[in-house]
Amino acid sequence: MAKQEFETPSLKKIPEIPPVRIGAMAHSKPFIAKAEHQEALGYPNELVNNWKQVALDKMEELLGKYRSLQVFMDTCVKCGSCTDKCHYFLGTADPKNMPVARQDLLRNVYRRYFTFAGKYFPKLVGAVDLTEEVVDEWYRYYHQCSECRRCSVYCPFGIDTAEVTMAGREILAAIGVGQKYSNEIIGKVFKIGNNLGLPEPALADTLEGLEEEIEEDIEVPVKLPLDQKGADVLLITPSADFFAEPHVDGLIGYAKVFHQAGISWTLSSHASEAANFGLFIGSYENMQKVAMRIREAALELGVKRIVVGECGHAWRVAYSFWNTLIGPFDFLDPNYPVPQHICEFTYDLIKRGALKLDPSANDDKVLTFHDSCNVSRASRMGDMPGGQFVIPRELIKASCNHFVDMAADTIGEATYCCGGGGGLLTDDLLELRVKGALPRVQALSEVIENHGVTHMAAICAICKSQFSKVLPHYGFGMDMIISVHQLIGDALVFDSTH
Amino acid sequence: MAIEINGKTYETDEEGYLADLNQWDEEVAKKMAELDDCELDENHWQVINFLREYYDEYQIAPAVRVLTKAIGKKLGKDKGNSKYLYQLFPYGPAKQACKYAGLPKPTGCV
Repeated sequence: MAKQEFETPSLKKIPEIPPVRIGAMAHSKPFIAKAEHQEALGYPNELVNNWKQVALDKMEELLGKYRSLQVFMDTCVKCGSCTDKCHYFLGTADPKNMPVARQDLLRNVYRRYFTFAGKYFPKLVGAVDLTEEVVDEWYRYYHQCSECRRCSVYCPFGIDTAEVTMAGREILAAIGVGQKYSNEIIGKVFKIGNNLGLPEPALADTLEGLEEEIEEDIEVPVKLPLDQKGADVLLITPSADFFAEPHVDGLIGYAKVFHQAGISWTLSSHASEAANFGLFIGSYENMQKVAMRIREAALELGVKRIVVGECGHAWRVAYSFWNTLIGPFDFLDPNYPVPQHICEFTYDLIKRGALKLDPSANDDKVLTFHDSCNVSRASRMGDMPGGQFVIPRELIKASCNHFVDMAADTIGEATYCCGGGGGLLTDDLLELRVKGALPRVQALSEVIENHGVTHMAAICAICKSQFSKVLPHYGFGMDMIISVHQLIGDALVFDSTH
Repeated sequence: MAIEINGKTYETDEEGYLADLNQWDEEVAKKMAELDDCELDENHWQVINFLREYYDEYQIAPAVRVLTKAIGKKLGKDKGNSKYLYQLFPYGPAKQACKYAGLPKPTGCV
């Protein structure tokens, strides 16, 4: 519980691009994974003796495996479009947090060992030798990118910074320098089934307690079934939904939706996690292994549909990767989207008149919506372009009379990261998290001032935890951040006909 | 890292969480709190003791609603909420109280 040793950036009247401060975040470095965290993921326990060769071999392997990476290494023309687009640059002013500069940490080494010019005339092309200092810098700055891909939206070549960061992290893990936060968590999924390490008896006890709480509250026996064979829907949700606030009110909201719609559903103790940190560390193998538990659970329970709860990167993994990671899904009902997002699921029920909502239940609130990066820029929702922006807002409007969007260049495809995504939601990076939240909090403060916004809703467990933690640093309440399905749950009307 | 009390050494991880749950005693909890400028009163102990009992049974810290419900039963309904728990443990009940109780830090998106 070390005391805060940094200054929270001040909010301005108008957002501004800070003058650069060289080395401002050079000290930022998350804890390195211990031997046991590395081992579970198939990585060496500590920095290997021939780390340089292993790193270059790994880089060569990744360049061959992912043609995209090869293109990203070769393509950048240093136009500068990305420089002021990163929330970590805007919040820290460290020029190495300009996406191009962060990418160049890897690109300069790529040039040295994999291009003709770099091999023979390194100084002419900015190629650098791979040294221990370079590795250390990779570790520090590839953990100052949340893989949110906002910069990629503005890159004329569409260079995906997230993929460069993932490659950087994977090379680091391969030489024995993994990140503790992400790797410990992935190990827990392998061992227990979720990021928290919440075993089945504790999960069952927690769900039972929530059922009692709901019944006390609304006098309706809403259930949260676990491992129920033959249910129609398997709900895969982040384990934070079981554990933390405001997440748990979203889980209660999903349960109420299922109950009122009369659709049988279940959670799984084997696949009690939607999150997949394999994505964050750039490891396809680990991502596949984490995701496989979901296929196994779906088959074991004999469900017809899989619905994914409010988790940003889980939705990216599900929407963009599941089919190749754990498909084919020929055992599921083809009449429904595979996978289906909980927002899409609820939206469909609302359109069909299957839910009775009274938005005045949320009249004490004025809402805005934070688009989560992995939902916004890496996936879609529903059957329309931009559905991932439209559907969550339609849910909020259906359950709340007062909604206002933040500035157009901070939402939708241009949304700012919460500051804690991509495997950085850890206390050892608190300074980075607080500073990286600046652009989002700036936009939030404007709608608070101009429109009296009281709450911000989100559909990502990381965003929710991050805002509860960092909003107080900017003078706002931790309980401003809520789940979209909390609004739905509170607005659902239960009477004798339901 | 480690904490020393009267010649006894308690190993901790980088963040000050006890390395070995079995080594826990009230003295180390008090010392950890003291390092955070926090003085433990009876209400803190109710939370710490519940965390330890729950962990003993389930090998995990209780979810926030499990904790608030249990504290509400022990200390009265007005205290069965996270606002009250944050008054007791300003760094967050899940993390700060777990630390004093000798439990590992909760991991994940929390």
